[in-house]
Amino acid sequence: MTASTAPLTRRRRMFPAWFRDVLSRPSGAIGLAIIVVHLAIALLAPMVVPYDFAAQDSKAMFADPSAQHWLGGDHLGRDVLTRTLMGGREAILVSTMATGVAVLWGGLFGIFLAFAGRFVDEASMRMVDALLAIPWILFVMLFVAGLGTGMGVLIPILGISYGLSIVRIVRAAALDVVTRDFILAARARGERRSVVIVHEMLPNVLDTLAVQAAMTWSWMLLGFSSLSFLGFGATPPTPDWGLMIADARSAMMVSPWPVLAPMIALSSLIIGINLLSDGLAKALGVDRMKKSAV
Amino acid sequence: MVRLIIQRILSSAITLALLTVFVFFAVELLPGDTCTAYLGRDAKGDRLEICRENMGLNDPALKRFATWASGALVGDFGVSPYRNKPVSEIVGWRMRNTIVLALSASLFGIPLAIFFGIIAGIRRDKPVDMVLSSTSILAMTVPEFVSATLLILVFSISLGWTSGVVTAPADAPIGVLLGSTILPTVALALVFAAHILRMVRSSVIDVMESEYVAMARLKGLPFRWILLRHVLPNSLLPAINVIGLTVAWLLGGVVVIESVFNFPGLGRLSVDAVADRDLPLTQCIVLILATGYIVTNLLTDLASLLLNPRLRTFRG
Repeated sequence: MTASTAPLTRRRRMFPAWFRDVLSRPSGAIGLAIIVVHLAIALLAPMVVPYDFAAQDSKAMFADPSAQHWLGGDHLGRDVLTRTLMGGREAILVSTMATGVAVLWGGLFGIFLAFAGRFVDEASMRMVDALLAIPWILFVMLFVAGLGTGMGVLIPILGISYGLSIVRIVRAAALDVVTRDFILAARARGERRSVVIVHEMLPNVLDTLAVQAAMTWSWMLLGFSSLSFLGFGATPPTPDWGLMIADARSAMMVSPWPVLAPMIALSSLIIGINLLSDGLAKALGVDRMKKSAV
Repeated sequence: MVRLIIQRILSSAITLALLTVFVFFAVELLPGDTCTAYLGRDAKGDRLEICRENMGLNDPALKRFATWASGALVGDFGVSPYRNKPVSEIVGWRMRNTIVLALSASLFGIPLAIFFGIIAGIRRDKPVDMVLSSTSILAMTVPEFVSATLLILVFSISLGWTSGVVTAPADAPIGVLLGSTILPTVALALVFAAHILRMVRSSVIDVMESEYVAMARLKGLPFRWILLRHVLPNSLLPAINVIGLTVAWLLGGVVVIESVFNFPGLGRLSVDAVADRDLPLTQCIVLILATGYIVTNLLTDLASLLLNPRLRTFRG
């Protein structure tokens, strides 16, 4: 017998189906590649950069790109390449952790509201709507004015602020699920509310949540960099893209590289995350912008 | 109809009231108060007591909230300890400047976005659409301060067409101000026009796929007739609400854009206020900008209610 063995033994795949689906789309594959490169640079940079990020060399002040300084020097004579390679570390750390906070509280609270219904839901959504009327940057700045800046303040505040829209979106998705029979069955079985939320509701809104998480990550990175640019994020002499752009802006006409290099780095990472979230949305079938051309 | 309008207005009023409560008590719950922020976190002794007495911070929180909120209603936001001037006086001109900037960005950006959105929609997946769609995605994803700085680099430094930073004082006459508002306007319009463009595009595509458009085409009506009579009215109505929502981006973007261009408006003032830890001033600006958002959304809601008869029967 020369029967094929294929149909009976299922081949073990390294990645789950949705992940392969993301990778098979150009936006997902390119986006993921950009992110991986950025993460690798952020992790490895301290070991490979040619200079100390704070070392000032008066000869390199406003230097044009050369063999010693591939991207030239900034207004204090610091190596631009070194600072650009190191510049994403704090931004990536803060934005990733703040995204975690946002997804966790936004996701759980959103499901809880759909589940609680009635007065609690109505009152909470009123409050969320009111808070969403404050542009996020002012929301964060209101707290920075009172508490000062620093990671310990920014991570929770950014997380709370960006979690508000996740509450809305997850609540809407959960409202669809909450009326289904299996939820009724779980409640009839006498499961505790927390068990129903985590075991029955959560898996059913996970797709929506994942896409929101990816998008929130890119907004968060944009948010933290904007705060750095305004002087409320990373503190000098930490190399940070937003801060570097703010610092080097006044000398743009003398040497554009100290501004352009961090701009390209920051924009490429944000675009990468956006591409990934786009691929993720299409793979999971929760397309945020239907029929989009690109 | 009247009931619906009253409903919308009431709901906006409730949102506004909740917002006022939040802006006051968020600061209240934080460690420290206006005086410790002003004098330094570990200030103690007589100076702190005198400052608190002057600011009325020794009164109970509810009483202070009543004073603050009722003052805010008539435009009195108290005194800034850092600037030693009434907040309303500091804010006055800058509010006008921000309104000028926001209006010119809207007048420039919205028609352009609608126009290109329609083109992208009817030329779906054609090269024009590809270019417009990817440009708008790029404008949406690249941070405002990056695109604004690039604009300065290209149009002010390389080409020398216009000045990169605004040097006009806060109380400059509008004519002077407008002259140096071109780049900030473009930078601000870029981001939110991109959002509107994408919304209009997908809305146009929805209508183009509808049966009544197919019917009109089968009847052999000329395309521009179909476009004017069927596609435009039906696809632009939903866009009105989106325009209201993108005002949120506009108002948030104001903070960054004004700082980049040194524009003397509320956004840059808020950055200064936060840097100085001037709490009363910060609270005032947050409240003003958020109110602007709520009012614009109410207006666009009412406008679409007026223009779109189908909405009037909804739950009415």
